[in-house]
Amino acid sequence: MGFGCLTTMDSLKTFEFDALGDNRGCSVQSPAMAMPSSLLWAVDIFGRVYTLATTGQYWELCKDGQLEFKRVSAVKQCCWGIACDHQVYTYVFSSDVPIRYQEETYENQRWNPVGGFCEKLMPSDRWQWSDVSGLKHQQLDSFTLPSPHWEWESDWYVDENIGGEPTEKGGWTYAIDFPATYTKDKKWNSCVRRRRWIRYRRYKSRDTWAKIISLEDPSQLPDPFNDISIGGWEITDEPAGRLSVWAVSLQGRVWYREDVCHHNPEGSLWSLVATPGEVVQISCGPYDLLWATLWEGQAIVREGIDRNNPHGISWTVVESPGSENGIMHVAVGVNVVWAVTKDRKVWFRRGVNSHNPCGTSWIEMVGEMMMVNVGLNDQVWGIACDDRAIYFRQGVTSSELSGKTWKAIVSGRESDRSQTGSSTSLLSAGCFFSDEVRDQANSIIQSDGDVSSDTESPRVPPNHADAPLSGAAVSSNENNADSQKEVGTHLAVDPLDSAQEEANSTSSSSEKAGLEKPESSVDQDTHPAELQWTNIDLKEAHKNPVLTSSAFRETSSVSSLGLFPVGIEEPYGTDEHPFWAWVSGGGCLVDLHSPLKWFTIQTGLSSSVQSLSLSITPAQTAAWRKQIFQQLSERTKRELENFRHYEQAVEQSVWVKTGTLQWWRSWKPHKWMDVRVALEQFTGSDGVRDSILFIYYMHHEEKKYIHVFLNEVTILVEVLNDSKHSFALYTPERTKQRWPIRLAAATEQEMHDWLALLSMCCCESRRIQGPPSHHAVWSVTCKGDIFVSEPSPELEAAPHLIPCDQMFWRQIGGHLRLIECNSQGIVWGIGYDHTTWVYTGGYGGGFIQGLASSADNIYMQSDVKCVYIYENQRWNPVTGYSSRGLPTDRYMWSDASGLQECTKVNTKPPSPQWSWVSDWYIDFNVSGGTDREGWQYAADFPASYHGHKTMKDFVRRRRWVRKCKIVTNGPWLEVPPITLWDISIIPSSAADEEDSIAVWAISDKGDVLCRLEVTQQNPAGTSWLHVGTDQPFISVSVGAFYQVWAIARDGSAFYRGSVSPKRPAGDCWYHIPSPQKQKLKQVSVGRTSVFALDKNGNLWYRQGITPSYPQGSSWDHVSNNIRKVSVGPLDQVWVIADKVQGSHSLSCGTVCHRKGVQPLEPKGLSWDYGIGGGWEHITVRGNATEAPKVALQDTSEEHLAKSLDPEDGENGRKGDQSKANVMVIEGQELDRNAVSC
Amino acid sequence: MTDDKDVLRDVWFGRIPTCFTLYQDEITEREADPYYLLLPRISYLTLVTDKVKKHFQKVMRQEDVSEIWFEYEGSPLKWHYPIGLLFDLHASNTALPWNITVHFKNFPEKDLLHCHSKDVIEAHFMACIKEADALKHKSQVINEMQKKDHKQLWMGLQNDKFEQFWAINRKLMEYIPEDSGFRYIPFRIYQATTERPFIQKLFRPVAPGGQLHTLGDLLKEVCPTAITPEDCEKTIQVMIHGIEPMLETPIQWLSEHMSYPDNFLHISIIPRPTD
Repeated sequence: MGFGCLTTMDSLKTFEFDALGDNRGCSVQSPAMAMPSSLLWAVDIFGRVYTLATTGQYWELCKDGQLEFKRVSAVKQCCWGIACDHQVYTYVFSSDVPIRYQEETYENQRWNPVGGFCEKLMPSDRWQWSDVSGLKHQQLDSFTLPSPHWEWESDWYVDENIGGEPTEKGGWTYAIDFPATYTKDKKWNSCVRRRRWIRYRRYKSRDTWAKIISLEDPSQLPDPFNDISIGGWEITDEPAGRLSVWAVSLQGRVWYREDVCHHNPEGSLWSLVATPGEVVQISCGPYDLLWATLWEGQAIVREGIDRNNPHGISWTVVESPGSENGIMHVAVGVNVVWAVTKDRKVWFRRGVNSHNPCGTSWIEMVGEMMMVNVGLNDQVWGIACDDRAIYFRQGVTSSELSGKTWKAIVSGRESDRSQTGSSTSLLSAGCFFSDEVRDQANSIIQSDGDVSSDTESPRVPPNHADAPLSGAAVSSNENNADSQKEVGTHLAVDPLDSAQEEANSTSSSSEKAGLEKPESSVDQDTHPAELQWTNIDLKEAHKNPVLTSSAFRETSSVSSLGLFPVGIEEPYGTDEHPFWAWVSGGGCLVDLHSPLKWFTIQTGLSSSVQSLSLSITPAQTAAWRKQIFQQLSERTKRELENFRHYEQAVEQSVWVKTGTLQWWRSWKPHKWMDVRVALEQFTGSDGVRDSILFIYYMHHEEKKYIHVFLNEVTILVEVLNDSKHSFALYTPERTKQRWPIRLAAATEQEMHDWLALLSMCCCESRRIQGPPSHHAVWSVTCKGDIFVSEPSPELEAAPHLIPCDQMFWRQIGGHLRLIECNSQGIVWGIGYDHTTWVYTGGYGGGFIQGLASSADNIYMQSDVKCVYIYENQRWNPVTGYSSRGLPTDRYMWSDASGLQECTKVNTKPPSPQWSWVSDWYIDFNVSGGTDREGWQYAADFPASYHGHKTMKDFVRRRRWVRKCKIVTNGPWLEVPPITLWDISIIPSSAADEEDSIAVWAISDKGDVLCRLEVTQQNPAGTSWLHVGTDQPFISVSVGAFYQVWAIARDGSAFYRGSVSPKRPAGDCWYHIPSPQKQKLKQVSVGRTSVFALDKNGNLWYRQGITPSYPQGSSWDHVSNNIRKVSVGPLDQVWVIADKVQGSHSLSCGTVCHRKGVQPLEPKGLSWDYGIGGGWEHITVRGNATEAPKVALQDTSEEHLAKSLDPEDGENGRKGDQSKANVMVIEGQELDRNAVSC
Repeated sequence: MTDDKDVLRDVWFGRIPTCFTLYQDEITEREADPYYLLLPRISYLTLVTDKVKKHFQKVMRQEDVSEIWFEYEGSPLKWHYPIGLLFDLHASNTALPWNITVHFKNFPEKDLLHCHSKDVIEAHFMACIKEADALKHKSQVINEMQKKDHKQLWMGLQNDKFEQFWAINRKLMEYIPEDSGFRYIPFRIYQATTERPFIQKLFRPVAPGGQLHTLGDLLKEVCPTAITPEDCEKTIQVMIHGIEPMLETPIQWLSEHMSYPDNFLHISIIPRPTD
């Protein structure tokens, strides 16, 4: 008992962020519904940094536009760049979850008879203020912020929570001596004590370019930088998330930035990496590819980059494809390398992979590029020589890595677009503006002879890229005039005048330069004050008159109203495009499924039509639509209600669909047999259709059949099976037996056709159509399939509950790991890849197409999951660990159990719908830990594995993981950008409509978050509020009266105090000790009941909760063998149980319902078994339908009397037994063919 | 919370309770009882009245029976108009059931077309579909379909099979996203009072600026008398499938969801009942 209140946390501010994170670079209006979007970064020739979102259509200027940049290199979460001062900057996106780093130090004290515990320590002791080991001196005030980009969140405070146990006030832990095991209890022999002080610092420079400051010795500092490339995030997995940052200095040296990771976005220091020559350019891929270009024209490839060695080990030289033209630029991805040689030709390197990063040979590609860059998914971007536009390589797929052709991005800039607006407004404003225009232009002309820089008024931006070409200037002026004429403008200003004016500016500048024409290019360099700094090589501009004339046009487009041609026909800006100097696609994910709007000119209309407004009543709130629906139902009533007894003019005939499938025989020996299947559908007199499924088979030469009435079918569910595309069909009876009808089809398509047809007939016969109601019960199978059931009011009506094996489940498209809902229709889901989804209110999706699926609110949904195989080895005295095991050993490559052989080659994705998205890589995140190469050791197979080798370990294994992805569709919309682990929605609010709905979540890094402004019209909310914690959390649940309970990673529970609509994040955490010796892993709070689940499968109920004492007092054991628990708004308790016995077989992952839950008996009395096995998750938090209260009082008293009656010993015992265990029967052989995960 | 697809179902499964009475001057052997039937709004009289014919032919002699025709309050009912249209136009605000008189003699040659077999109805139905697609897609979609698809449309209508029909018909309701709608909307406006059988004109669903045209826009353009000015009392009803959609309803949406199976929007303009 007891709890500790961390009062010091009161001072912790909860930082709020606005919806910046969601609005990144998106031109879509409503912030809450930003589609997941990634960004293409580019720098134009003037050094301005732009981003283009995959869901947008215009380039947007980077938010922090103070600096001019030369190079940028982007990844999804940040971008590094080199500015024109040759310094390195990093741009980290803001998000709702802050970047915080915990600094800690220990205060050590020794006991002496005089002063008790005090700071006087023995000379041999550690420092009074030290790190955890005691070796480093760490005084409180010695901690400084590592750079100006950090700020302290709060002052130092004492950590009062050690290892899940609350400590006394003051946070001291005691031990006999330093070092030893510290405990919170002061014992008689505790001579020393220590306590931990914590302080958080927060990275504050988000959404801005933060200069990387090197605090080291200036002589060691790298010289100014020339090139930068970042990557390498795939080598080290999340959550550590280390990023490799490589840079090249002006002197040709290569530097690596150490320690760049999520909580240290700037890294720590530069370390020099030796190279065989002077390097001019470098490129780093997401994985382990690193190429650089030498000044002499060859490329060098870094070998040996891996997790432990992000620097790599050595360089290998690769010759340029042509001997005359060296390589000028190189770009690498995961499996590809592209290069541009000095003659601007583009080359593709064949044969590049992880084992051979050098590749084998060069292939020439069509196109002349200044530079290329490889983005995510090995997509390629380039900047062309002649028009300096950005091109995208079309057709790059995993089988066709070099793509097919270059396609230009024609998206304009946001600023151009607004000028388009201004042009039309000018037109409509008519003469008023045109007069002004004339005046301004005239005034410029009048000041013709004025040589001073006043002529270069800000109205005429001195784009001196063109200026020095006075040699070409005249011709380009003519070009300008011509081109302007081409555009069909009628200048209010005489074209010659404007050309003259241009010539004036050029001539005046050249006069200023005071030199001959050809040399003016050189002089431009010496007058940087007048120059607008450009990225491009001026000499190069000289060579290319086309560039200049269009640059002129661009000048005039960028220029003010002064030169604005009135009366222009076409919308301005469509001919112009920005000129680019650099592009980085490292943060840009181009999906083949989502089309980009970058390649065609979009009209204004289509972009406005793009508004993605999500509402639970799907975007169909138009009055006319409502009226049509209403009138149609009135009409039906009017014309049909009183006339149902009339005969139908057209008779409904019986309609049959037949086919051949395979059926899993229900008697021994079990095997698949070919059967003929017929689905007969007939219409009853009241118009309702009923269907029967017949299965015809041969048994001992006799033709027999079994049949199922589809209105009795409770669920149709796909079953994962290696060789067959099979599904299971359950009725209430078969659910009890745990023995469904199993059918298999020859192809996946056929199986889906049957499933779609059968489920449509089932829904029809139960008259279920349209989307699930707000009270629906949602569940997810181990396979990730989503099922929803409409609860009848009697489902929770004690004492005569409807057995839960009669619940009808229908499938909703999508693939998720868990779903949470509430009774107002807010439903959220989390995928296996931790992506967060919100329900759009639709139905169908997946393989349910056509009319059984709603049209508007089904979107693409994808999920990524991991497939694991194990590499097993046994030790023998001769060769050490080898893959040759004993004859009785498991396969060298196997699954987790060791019983099935799974090699890298023969392991396929779970089903044809899944496809691999990564290669096999070693998994270092196995429980038990691993050594540096990923091995876990044990005495024998199977046993408990640990990460270090001991003398007694004769076997070892290593886990390999490969990611596979499924792309499906369903009524889900992604809620970027935070990835989540757990989520909970307040079951039902007593509050009124205006209050937003409380939604709490845990991010996949363990941060506790609250979603703000969730309403029925906007179920996705707008932004996250971070609630500070001292350790990562793993589960959270919010109850109907805003009770928020959460479980931390160390297995202890916390209660969040004072959560209310006005204070959505509450004020502080109260630590609740977990049940004796158990570590909790999940909690669920209903109306008043709090249930928790520990890692050993025990279900606990929190006893002693009262309104004044919401934390309760103790844990009561309810049952074992539970995998998941969900408590609903009526305090109903539903679980997923592990081993449940049916009459035919054992199943794991079964939905069970706690019977007998009443206000006086909140733990209930016994279990009712529902659908399963193979279920992973269930949520009943939407079901707030209260049943009519019929004679409830009497029966509850009856029950009470019964259970309290001491004489009726048998009854009492029975009650206990049913209370205790869900299911039992150990030792019974698991039927391997049972439906299971 | 209904989806657009539910509108399709409601339109398809609309039924009109009808009472068929034999014309008193027909020669019968026995008294003919009236016959009650639920008629599908979307079908055609001669397609769904086999039972009626059989019922009355039971009490008549073979030689007195020639081609069946129907009449309501003196007006012969054109079988080639969909039943829902006929009802809305002639009898929409009267008490149900709809009382139709059955004739077997004196076929009104001037007013009605002959309908000797189901093939005649099929030919008429397919001709309407083709004409509608010519307006919507320059006949591209209908011509791309195979003969069996055409047959499936007809079979779906004949056997009252919603899924079967819409499996093919949905293709006729598609359009290229760039266009935001069909080329022209296939519609016909009927007024009981005028001489002209119906009004049919070329009308685009999308304005050049991109806005969607509404039902009100259509009426203003082709039948301005149907629009009552703001302050005046409404004297007429604009009815489709027995309901009065708001004039703000986009015509493109109406064409996609409330067309009859022949892909035409049959709109009735009738006087508003004064009670």
